[in-house]
Amino acid sequence: MTLKTDAVGKEWAPVTYQVGREKIKEYATALGIDNPVHFDVEAARTAGFRDVVAPPMFTVVYSGPALGPVLFDPEVEMNFAAMVHGGQEFEWEEPVCSGDEIVTTPKCLEIYEKDGKGFYVFETTSVNQNGEQVVRAVWTNIVRGV
Amino acid sequence: MADFNSGDQVPELRVTPDKYLPHRYAGASGDFNPIHIDPEFAQAVGLPSNILHGLYSMGLVARANTTLAGGDPRALKRLSVQFRGMGMPEQEIVVTGTVKAAEDGRVVVDTVASQGDSQIIKNAEAEIEL
Repeated sequence: MTLKTDAVGKEWAPVTYQVGREKIKEYATALGIDNPVHFDVEAARTAGFRDVVAPPMFTVVYSGPALGPVLFDPEVEMNFAAMVHGGQEFEWEEPVCSGDEIVTTPKCLEIYEKDGKGFYVFETTSVNQNGEQVVRAVWTNIVRGV
Repeated sequence: MADFNSGDQVPELRVTPDKYLPHRYAGASGDFNPIHIDPEFAQAVGLPSNILHGLYSMGLVARANTTLAGGDPRALKRLSVQFRGMGMPEQEIVVTGTVKAAEDGRVVVDTVASQGDSQIIKNAEAEIEL
């Protein structure tokens, strides 16, 4: 079977996420991270942040939702039942703090077949309210038996 | 801050996610895929039971590398991983790493997350700035 590659290069609508202190606290707690800069405004400000700062992997909270519509796009036509999350890369720049408004734009980088598997590679770029890039992410999903 | 040299082993991180951790992580991350929180659903699609979120395990890899850099969340500049074996709740995860390169305040660490003999994250490469 030949993979459908129509979606390569396609960009989807940006998604906006409002960062809040309680969500940062909830994420840091689930990961067992105890640095007070994620919990306490004074500790965060003393360390040079505008407000409570998010751990780097909090990225999944604000950029993940942008991928929802992408994965369900009929132009992508991905077989969910056979999909696994194969790989992930993040490149961080400006830190994300409570009060930030993060806009994430998804794009399809590649769709290709290798060893009988379909590789679907998406990129999200996230910028804050000042137009500064906070993270670039590459998400690789693998579909078995294409 | 310790000096890092190529080939150095970095301190291990050991975490045992409890039975309900996948539920808390689902809430924290927004990923409620039932394979992570519903053992019956997971078994119905051929998994041994509900499995950990790959991005949770990646979060532990990020935590280990951030700790290595002294705890500053700005230190981790890049993290790239491949997800392989499935992570299971109630089994200890051990995150280990080896310094691959260290120069001009930038350190690259090869990191692995394992449960017993199973590597759940492999070929993880972290770049931290000191």
